[in-house]
Amino acid sequence: MRTYSWEEEIPAHQVLAPDGSVVGEWPESLDDERLRSFYRWMVFARRFDQRALTLHRQGRLGTYAPFSGQEAAQIGSFAALEKTDWVFPSYREVAGMMYHGLPPEMALLFSKGHPDAGKVPAELNMLPGKIVIAAQILHAVGAAWACKQRGEDRVASAFFGDGATSQGDFHEALNFAAVFRVPAVFFCQNNQFAISVPVTRQMATPTVAQKAVAYGIEGIRVDGNDVVAVYAAMCRAVARARAGGGPTLVEAVTYRQGPHTTADDPRRYRDPQVHQTWVEALDPIRRLRLCLERRGAWDEAAESAWIREADERIAAAVERAESYPAPDAAEVLFGHVYAEPTPALAAQRAGFLAEQAEGGANGWPGAR
Amino acid sequence: MAQMTMIQAINNALDLELGRDPNVLVFGEDVGKNGGVFRATDGLQAKYGAERVFDTPLAESGIGGLAVGLAIQGFRPVAEIQFFGFVFEVMDQIAGQASRLRYRTNSRFHCPVVFRSPFGGGVKTPEMHADSLEGLFVQTPGVRVVIPSNPYDAKGLLISAIRDNDPVIFLEHMKLYRSMRMEVPEEAYTVPLDQAKVVREGKDLTVIAYGAMVHTALRAAEELANSKGVQAEVIDLRTINPIDIDTIVASIKKTHRAVVVQEAQRQAGAAAEIIAQINEHAIYHLEGPVLRVTPPDTVYPFAQIEDEWIPTPQRVLAGMNKALTV
Repeated sequence: MRTYSWEEEIPAHQVLAPDGSVVGEWPESLDDERLRSFYRWMVFARRFDQRALTLHRQGRLGTYAPFSGQEAAQIGSFAALEKTDWVFPSYREVAGMMYHGLPPEMALLFSKGHPDAGKVPAELNMLPGKIVIAAQILHAVGAAWACKQRGEDRVASAFFGDGATSQGDFHEALNFAAVFRVPAVFFCQNNQFAISVPVTRQMATPTVAQKAVAYGIEGIRVDGNDVVAVYAAMCRAVARARAGGGPTLVEAVTYRQGPHTTADDPRRYRDPQVHQTWVEALDPIRRLRLCLERRGAWDEAAESAWIREADERIAAAVERAESYPAPDAAEVLFGHVYAEPTPALAAQRAGFLAEQAEGGANGWPGAR
Repeated sequence: MAQMTMIQAINNALDLELGRDPNVLVFGEDVGKNGGVFRATDGLQAKYGAERVFDTPLAESGIGGLAVGLAIQGFRPVAEIQFFGFVFEVMDQIAGQASRLRYRTNSRFHCPVVFRSPFGGGVKTPEMHADSLEGLFVQTPGVRVVIPSNPYDAKGLLISAIRDNDPVIFLEHMKLYRSMRMEVPEEAYTVPLDQAKVVREGKDLTVIAYGAMVHTALRAAEELANSKGVQAEVIDLRTINPIDIDTIVASIKKTHRAVVVQEAQRQAGAAAEIIAQINEHAIYHLEGPVLRVTPPDTVYPFAQIEDEWIPTPQRVLAGMNKALTV
């Protein structure tokens, strides 16, 4: 009797060692200028994330899901996409989404509960970050199917975390994508924790990437704190999809340095020593800085300028978010439920508006 | 005109819309070569190809999510949930995702998906096939819920549903699939998604029903007329989200008494919503309380006892008699 099991831990592909030295194959399309732009984006994203946490503490921002520690995974993966590709992110993809073209103030408005945060710029085929875990992975399969059906040269990408791989929708999505052989890319940031539950309690397999095997698609495991390796892996997955080679599951092994959200206290479930290693020795920004230094593409003066530039952009975004017009409640509530409001909704809207106009609670109960 | 059963009318509607609009896609479990377990999609794959009429793997949430993703790209998916009892598997993709896409993207995207699904009791199915779960979607903003009672309406409503720009839950009562034939035009036509229809006129009592219960109510109304000379007006809602309260109120202003019949178990269903709306809009025209004829609040029964659970013409008649006297 032949049986199957899989205990081998596929090593994560690496191009940059934690000390910034090159230990893997360098992607051809990546020159110093592009690498520096990755670095500037990662610095910007980290400053943005820290600023957002401060804004939350000051009561100026609602619930926010920080991504610090995952900048390489996000910038490296989004950098492999074209602006015309379809993007189905989760809520923790803010760094990647901003890189892709989401104005930073929109990311802030999302956490302020402003409905306009759902208005992704019209030139981007990107959805707002999905809150329900894994639902968007299936949407990417549908969008990828549409690309294939229309013979378009576009791919659809889904972004999610390690926790999402336990959901049925993840498995259904990979299976559907494999069976239909659609141009989809599934990018999993394995940041090691789903709120408090470690990845070892999320799955009995040593990796996420190996799950691809069961669906008959390609899996790649990559060091998620190595922006060059992430970029190379995602370029491979995107190119395969674009060429009609079918879907790929990319696992980027990374680490969430902060809490799950501003409502979480990670000290309750983390090992302080492991945490310290990830935050210091394995930090993705440090790694890229060391790499740039070795290539003579980094110095203190440039760093200071980049930080200043990032802070100015962030301050401007905060200013725009905080001076953003308040939502028109009646329009937001009633304007986007159906293409045309039902008679009941039209009457309820009239009642709502009457209540607002009269400044009392009187227009509502009589509504249709 | 041709004589069609409801399943033929549904097949015909899908055929016409696939032919009219290249963005219409039909998919689900066994809908391709097999033509659907009830043959609703019979012959469509052969005619339109496996790119547009196709089988999916066996996963309802996958079907729902695929439909949402395709809709985001401008397709008009008609996704089949093989039996509506399986809707729990795809609840998030319908009620959490499809219904909210327009809202959460500020109308940048919308979701013109039809979720077609057989349901309904009286045909001795295994468990989780026959349940009337439409009430779950009466409380879901952003979707419409359509339940035809006859072949003509089924075709016109399904064509309207496919052309509508919002998600539509289109429920097909299994007992009606082949139990009746009627004249159905061969060309495409639409029946509005928000209008009830008076299917029997009467001046003494209003009976409100949908799906297979329309026929149960009609039989009860005939019996009432024959036995007592009392004329009940029967309203076929056709769409239960939204509910066409205007047609109901107009009838009650004439009859002053009403009974609501639903095949779903009793509490918090479509009947409860209808009675609440009657209360808001027509209470001063009533001469007695509006009553419900429904099964009890129990799990949908095993096949051997389902006939004891479902409202019968006799039960509806009892309800009508009570409404006339209280």
